[in-house]
Amino acid sequence: MTPTTIADAGRRLRSGEVTSVELLDSALAVAARTEAQLHAFLTIDRDQARETADRADADLAAGKDRGPLHGIPIALKDNMTTRGLETTAASQILSGYVPPYNATVVDRLAEGGAVLVGKTNLDEFAMGSSTENSAYGTSYNPWDITRVPGGSSGGSAAAVAAGSALGALGSDTGGSIRQPASLCGVVGMKPTYGTVSRYGLIAFASSLDQIGPLTRTIEDSALVLSTVWGHDPLDATSYPGELPDIMSGFGRGVDGMKIGVVKELSGEGYEPQVESAVSAMVENLAASGAEIVEVSLPSFDIALSAYYLIAPAEASANLARFDGIRYGHRAAGDTTESLMSRTRAEGFGPEVVRRILLGTYALSAGYYDAFYGQAQRVRAAIQEDFARAYGQVDALVSPTSPTVAFAAGARTDDPLAMYLSDICTIPSNLSGHPAISVPIGLDDQGLPIGFQVMASALAEDVMFQVAEEVERLAGFDKTPSLAEVAS
Amino acid sequence: MNWEPVIGIEVHVELMTESKMFCGCAVEFGAEPNTNICPTCLGLPGALPVPNRKAIESIMAIGLALNCEVMPRSVFHRKNYFYADLPKNYQISQFDVPVCVNGYLDIEVDGDTRRVSLERAHMEEDTGKSTHIGEGGRIHSATSTLLDFNRSGVPLVEIVSRPDIYSAAEARAYASGLRAVVAELGVSDARLEEGSIRFDANISIRPRGDETLGTKVEIKNMNSFRSLERAVDYEIQRQIEVVESGGEVVMETRHWDEESGVTRSMRTKEGSSDYRYFMDPDLAPMAMSPQWIDEVRATLPELPGDRLQRYIEGGLEPALAGVLSGSNKEMRDLHDSAVAEGADTREAANWVTGEVTSWARRHGSEDSEIPLTGADLAGLLRLIGEGTVSSSAAKEVLDGVLGGEGSPAEVARSRDLIQITDTSVLESAVDDVLAHNPKAVADYSSGEHKIVGFLVGQVMAATQGKADPRAVNELIRSRLDGS
Amino acid sequence: MPVDIDIAHVAHLARLDLSADELEGYKNQLGLILEHAARVQTLESDATMENAHPLALENRYREDVRRDSLDRDEVLAQAPETRDGYFVVPPALESE
Ligand SMILES: [Mg+2]
Ligand SMILES: [Zn+2]
Repeated sequence: MTPTTIADAGRRLRSGEVTSVELLDSALAVAARTEAQLHAFLTIDRDQARETADRADADLAAGKDRGPLHGIPIALKDNMTTRGLETTAASQILSGYVPPYNATVVDRLAEGGAVLVGKTNLDEFAMGSSTENSAYGTSYNPWDITRVPGGSSGGSAAAVAAGSALGALGSDTGGSIRQPASLCGVVGMKPTYGTVSRYGLIAFASSLDQIGPLTRTIEDSALVLSTVWGHDPLDATSYPGELPDIMSGFGRGVDGMKIGVVKELSGEGYEPQVESAVSAMVENLAASGAEIVEVSLPSFDIALSAYYLIAPAEASANLARFDGIRYGHRAAGDTTESLMSRTRAEGFGPEVVRRILLGTYALSAGYYDAFYGQAQRVRAAIQEDFARAYGQVDALVSPTSPTVAFAAGARTDDPLAMYLSDICTIPSNLSGHPAISVPIGLDDQGLPIGFQVMASALAEDVMFQVAEEVERLAGFDKTPSLAEVAS
Repeated sequence: MNWEPVIGIEVHVELMTESKMFCGCAVEFGAEPNTNICPTCLGLPGALPVPNRKAIESIMAIGLALNCEVMPRSVFHRKNYFYADLPKNYQISQFDVPVCVNGYLDIEVDGDTRRVSLERAHMEEDTGKSTHIGEGGRIHSATSTLLDFNRSGVPLVEIVSRPDIYSAAEARAYASGLRAVVAELGVSDARLEEGSIRFDANISIRPRGDETLGTKVEIKNMNSFRSLERAVDYEIQRQIEVVESGGEVVMETRHWDEESGVTRSMRTKEGSSDYRYFMDPDLAPMAMSPQWIDEVRATLPELPGDRLQRYIEGGLEPALAGVLSGSNKEMRDLHDSAVAEGADTREAANWVTGEVTSWARRHGSEDSEIPLTGADLAGLLRLIGEGTVSSSAAKEVLDGVLGGEGSPAEVARSRDLIQITDTSVLESAVDDVLAHNPKAVADYSSGEHKIVGFLVGQVMAATQGKADPRAVNELIRSRLDGS
Repeated sequence: MPVDIDIAHVAHLARLDLSADELEGYKNQLGLILEHAARVQTLESDATMENAHPLALENRYREDVRRDSLDRDEVLAQAPETRDGYFVVPPALESE
């Protein structure tokens, strides 16, 4: 049987039981069997992947070990630039765009010997919670192909859940790694803002965007993270200091730790089965020796509102560069201005247009203070709330998503309902803190439920320690029907 | 009615750093189009800016030189507007917390010194360059626009004066004073013709004595001090005519047309622009500690205004001080070191701005090193003072020293230029000349005393210039008066 | 709070050439979203957010050192229209 985790694949690569080429072939075979239903990938470059896998095998045979991702098939969300390989951010406006440079994470994966399986689908420019906003078609959930995989890193989550990659990188602006991980039954983590370089990540909202791993296990999450994070001089928001030893808490359990349950992330809008699964896990953590306290972070009630002003405002500027002049789609126009305006109207999908308009409005003369300015004050209040909470507890826990995977099309006509999908994940983006989603079980329809662990800035070690205990307690070892068909 | 023009000037200075403001591309004038570009300065998806420390230190230096306060904290904002040569369609600039605030520059107009107050100096990035092509070459008839992004992202410092300039001549003096400061700091090429310094002027008029400001008009596209002065002059007259013929000045941006010498309204589609400034989330705040500010302050050279003051206080009359202060650094250093070697400041300044400068000009080496030390110049002046060489012979000595023939004393000796001090030699030369010029002697006797000059010249010629003309003059007079 | 939106002006600022119908649709959706977003106004605070970074980074600079620029042909290959090493666009203003 082919390995299903990075850690296992790594051991077996090094013992000579499997080769990188076999791992790649198996991933590509899964993709071949599942893509018609899942549409997790936008681009797969088999030749390039094969070449990298060959080199990985040759290197390992020659005693050159590049680290935990050496020879491992990894998928990449298509909003990270890859030199010579089409990068679209799932937008029509970047159709056919071949970047002349690599994102820093892409270079780090390459240096780490990883094998890039392909570029995964996403909501256009990472704006969405269902991957239905892709200009190239919706992705579906491997647990139930009538449902969404979540988003915006839905393609990455679906690929990892199905087994067409052993791990993937996603980006998380308001929950875009954790929410699809939760809906697809995999582990998704967003590190502390500034620990993974954003150079080459096509910006949605610069102060919130963070790249992070989607994997099957907590250990794999740490292995991917350790390969891509660390200071990058090309990103002025990149943290230059020392990073925590993320493996240090593995196997230590939660005995004696103080864990806070966020009062505001429950109640109306939360599915009962999600709430009961989360409560049961909290009880299990108590049984493992953790001291559980209920914590109130009152500003969380308006976090979503602040997010839907700050993120679109930043996006309105970040997406201004798509104008049909230097790259990407160009519409006809007699003047520069008409060319730009038509290019943008044609090239952007409705959700992107909506957010650009929203952000432009929130920043415009006369409205700035009441909207954008006030949202920034809310952001400050959220950071203060978190700081107070982390003065009391080691970690905070909550559901990752108020609901399990919803039916495709269910929320597409109601932007606000869609935005509510991210209510649990957004606060950690506004604070810049690390957070992770761990699968803890299935509901009675067989759909995965995710459990979120949040920690303070640079406390990834603490976050992983709790998450690993959650993983152990949950004993979640199910794979989606589609993946079983595949293996 | 008596109208008072009120003018504020915005100056954009391109910094002469090695690399651009937010990326490692070369800052280079005249390169092949689109060869100094990278993901960042081309606004490619995913690229990020990282500020150039040297550029930040340069704006701090400019601010300190202009008597500004360097803010303890400062941040970058995004200024949002769409333009084909602005790759991100926002400019990284500064809004309400610029690096420098509240400075001033003293300017000289018609011999009077005026202090122009400055509002701020902030850091931003330059745009790319558009070339409009098509019939006519004019913007309105252009059939397409060529874009070159080599200049995109070059560091720019924008210096904004208060509306504290009251004539076209003052505007010109302010602009050239600012250019001198920036050139002295060495932070910019300061070449107007290459666009490394650009001016915009905001002009309004009001009845003299009024406190409130009139409606302002912004003038762009002036690329020399002369065109700035002409444009401001033209615009003041235009506004006066508009108002005096019963009209109203419209708030707008006008373009200076150098050829026809008029300002023209620039057609704009948007009423008022809305730049939607917000703090750039890609960039960390800047913190200018007192230590950092002091470190930058310690690197400042002497500035033109301070130097002029020093020369005047050192004993030079203002006119000569002005000429010396405006000379290049080589010449000023030569003067200063000659003075340090004991030379008189006035004599040294006269020689430096006169003979030495004209020698350098003749040899086309105005900006290169002059083969003359302060000690040489002081030595030459000493030879003159002691009467060892005449001042006319001294020019020849200088020529020899500059030609590498040795020290002034050595040249005076080798070129046989040492003044004749032996009275018997002088007396015989004078007697000889008098004997050969009976007509001149007769003229003198009949009261035409000016003829002495001719006789002195004859003696000087006979001695190949080595006689002391003063001594010869005295000797001739005593011979003629006494006989 | 009723939110008043000059949607055509906003679309123009954002350089989006939208039809009247599209503008109307976006105006309605923005109205609903902004009504929800206006809840930020319930917070009483005069806090400022000069630095949203959780690690409060400041003074992040690069040294003034050149790095290689991109290959021009590779860059221009992505552009819709080029000529003699330049990117090409139509004139800035409508011809009269
Ligand atoms: Mg400016
Ligand atoms: Zn560059």
